[in-house]
Amino acid sequence: MPCFRLATCLLLGLLAAVPVVAATVVEAVVQDPYLELRTGPGRGFPVTQVVDRGAPVSLLRRRTDWIKVRDASGTEGWTHRSQLERTLTTSGEALVLPGPAPEARAEHRWETALVTGDFDGASMVGASVAYLPAPNLLLRADVSHLLGNYSNGWLGTVGIAHAFMPQWRVSPFVGLGGGVLRIEPKATLVQTEDRTDTTAYAGIGLRGYLTNRFLLQAEYRQYVVFTSRDDNEEIDAWTLGFAYFF
Amino acid sequence: MDPGLRLLLLSGLALAAQAAPLRSHAQDAVGAAPATPQVVEPRVKRREVKPANLDTENFEAGAFLGVVGIEDFGSSFSYGARIAYHFTEDLFAEATIGTAEAGRTSYEELSGSAELLTDSERRFTHYDLSVGWNALPGEVFFGGERAMPSAVYFTLGAGSTRFAGDDHFTVALGAGLRLLVNDWLALHLDARNLAFESDLLGDNKLTHNLQFTFGLTAFF
Repeated sequence: MPCFRLATCLLLGLLAAVPVVAATVVEAVVQDPYLELRTGPGRGFPVTQVVDRGAPVSLLRRRTDWIKVRDASGTEGWTHRSQLERTLTTSGEALVLPGPAPEARAEHRWETALVTGDFDGASMVGASVAYLPAPNLLLRADVSHLLGNYSNGWLGTVGIAHAFMPQWRVSPFVGLGGGVLRIEPKATLVQTEDRTDTTAYAGIGLRGYLTNRFLLQAEYRQYVVFTSRDDNEEIDAWTLGFAYFF
Repeated sequence: MDPGLRLLLLSGLALAAQAAPLRSHAQDAVGAAPATPQVVEPRVKRREVKPANLDTENFEAGAFLGVVGIEDFGSSFSYGARIAYHFTEDLFAEATIGTAEAGRTSYEELSGSAELLTDSERRFTHYDLSVGWNALPGEVFFGGERAMPSAVYFTLGAGSTRFAGDDHFTVALGAGLRLLVNDWLALHLDARNLAFESDLLGDNKLTHNLQFTFGLTAFF
């Protein structure tokens, strides 16, 4: 039932968001020898129109690295941002398209990741966000859902990680952090109470670029769970995930 | 000549040869210091570069409805919501949430009154976080006038399903077709397999729950 409510909220949010879509049109002058207009936002779509150098164009909207353009005759088509990098606005200024260039491996600030893995025998699904104050430093926050045979749970952590060679295609990293672990044993097996404990981890991993802005990330973490019992618990966790930077 | 003396002389020469260019560079630098005064002082202000405030539409959100076959519990009407972020023209990430009400097993039907699950346990809700690949982008022609950009995509993800009073780790494998009706509205036809392990009927087994849905999404 909570899922249903969440879905309803999502839908209502969507309906509220749709009328807000108001395009900001940017006027520009083509500086490349010619601008190719494609029928769709992708490299496979056919080029149906070409706009010459010096011709005025209107930039209508953007999807990933493709920009929808309208020429003076009203013909519309999609062009890649690389073709617009030398294009000028009508006031003669260089046109700047926001967001890091696809080459900005060592310059990005925000990263998101989806991960899945193993947490002491339980399966793990999680999402994380990282802020990079420096190219090799990651401040990370993650939330994971743990699904085991005998118990389920949630894990939330914040931490810091150091990537050794962020400009390399594959870069090793180490991390430290802490958080909260909630374990809910399955009632059908044993009559135990839910418990929430604090936890800390040390981790080591590898990050590799699949494409310019897309990373594959593998990590091993050792957690120490500070339980209210006599002994602390040590837990090994392995994760594999995709990360993307903005 | 004494070999020791020769070595000393040679090293002296080598040192002198290295030092000589250094000295001449130093002299050049000193000589260049009094620069000729500039006739015209350039008064060019650096232009402030403003990023183009274009409408970027990388998010896609919407709803879907269809049918899900819950293993051993028949097929049920299913509905839910999805939100996606498009990284590149090829790759996207997607979060999906859906729900359905499971039917009765054949055993429950035949035995008459024996109920395996309570009503609330029959609620089948799932979520997953997936990565998608637009494997076959293209165009679909509708009549002679209309061409709609399309993509056949594959998704792979992990999530959780709450069913029969328990949460199950779920692997979601899907394939779908996305048709762009206009610049911001898209139609989806999706087929997904929600696979999870269940020990509800005795042995622990991997159950496959196939979901076929029709969806409507908006880019924003």
